[in-house]
Amino acid sequence: MSSLSRSPWLIHYDASSCNGCDIEVLACLSPLYDVERFGIINTGNPKHADVLVITGGINEQNREVVRNIYDQMPSPKVVVAVGICACTGGVFRECYNVVGGIDRVIPVDVYVPGCAARPESIIDGIVRALSILEEKKAEMEKQGGKGRAGSPVGGGQ
Amino acid sequence: MHMGNALLFILLAPIVGGLVAGIDRKITARMQGRVGPPLLQPFYDVGKLFEKEQILVTPSQNFYITSYLVFIVVSGGLFFAGGDILLVIFAFTLAHIFLVLGAYSSYSPYSFIGAERELIQIIAYEPMIILSAVGMYMVTRSFYVADIMAAEFPLIYYLPGIFIGFLMVLTIKLRKSPFDLSTSHHAHQEIVKGVTTEFSGPMFGLVELAHWYENVFLLGFIYLFFAWNPLIAIGALAIVYFAEIVIDNTFSRVTWQLTLKSSWIIAGFMGLANLGILYYLSAVVPL
Repeated sequence: MSSLSRSPWLIHYDASSCNGCDIEVLACLSPLYDVERFGIINTGNPKHADVLVITGGINEQNREVVRNIYDQMPSPKVVVAVGICACTGGVFRECYNVVGGIDRVIPVDVYVPGCAARPESIIDGIVRALSILEEKKAEMEKQGGKGRAGSPVGGGQ
Repeated sequence: MHMGNALLFILLAPIVGGLVAGIDRKITARMQGRVGPPLLQPFYDVGKLFEKEQILVTPSQNFYITSYLVFIVVSGGLFFAGGDILLVIFAFTLAHIFLVLGAYSSYSPYSFIGAERELIQIIAYEPMIILSAVGMYMVTRSFYVADIMAAEFPLIYYLPGIFIGFLMVLTIKLRKSPFDLSTSHHAHQEIVKGVTTEFSGPMFGLVELAHWYENVFLLGFIYLFFAWNPLIAIGALAIVYFAEIVIDNTFSRVTWQLTLKSSWIIAGFMGLANLGILYYLSAVVPL
């Protein structure tokens, strides 16, 4: 186990969720579940994050935002879709403005179903994502090269 | 000058700094009723950052952040080698100017606000650090750390006001609440991550590393006040750091105005009053 999977910093984004799953995600940070035991930190900054924890089924307004957050995260990175809306669109799937699932916009590595997803299953999903993170790192090393030419966001002087 | 000590600082400070950060996080977690991360968590974090992809917002970031680390190491190295404390303070300030420039080098509003706040923090703590050096000079008649270390009487007897003022700015320097304005060592959202917002992967790892060096240097500065007895000095370091953790966990963040005002008022009252009394005493009874 490298230090990568011992220190997963996550960013949490609400892609038009009803807030049910978001409250459960935040419950994971409370003293009862204390995910910092696993070195997990909830950062607000995609540039510091390794895991994108995302809830809701994405609508036309935040499709670009999700894409942007994903692009700003340095590799290796994993995406955990939390809740049934994030997995498939859930009960909102048929709505005219709902894209219906995170994997329609960005690649998803772990699906955590539930309405709302329980904190235990969210933690389980993130811990499973860590082994995928290790695999991605091994793949990245095989391809060689750590740098990314240019950045999708921000400017330079 | 003891170059061996400087070398020891360069090699050991990251280990000590990382362990102190680990103990800090563990104690903080216990204070909040949590189990907390493993003791070696800060090392995993920095190790991970060096394994990540390097995304450069602008190439000049590399230069500024590397300079930040280099000048922190230079100031700490000079300090532990027993060099001139004024030169140490100048190198230390220059290092932070590089950090500010690094934050300014990207077009990010969060980074900009962080840079502005970092400048305000430098303005807030700088007078007190210089007053500390002046106070130590008045007592030991030397600006050299080696001579201050060799003093056979406790500096704290003569400089209690300066010491309290220094503790005040120490909270700013350790990036702890209530003065963690420009960036915080805790996980936070957007604005509070400030200066570090645009650094990722290995570049952010260097910032963390520099912060460890910085913390060890600051602990060394406190050591000077108690240098006549190493055992008491180490005890004092432990008490001071624990007090900082308690303060970090009990106070909410204040505005930059209050930070600037309070640190200058404390520097003015405690620091200058201490110097004045010392000056008067030295005229009456030579030290």
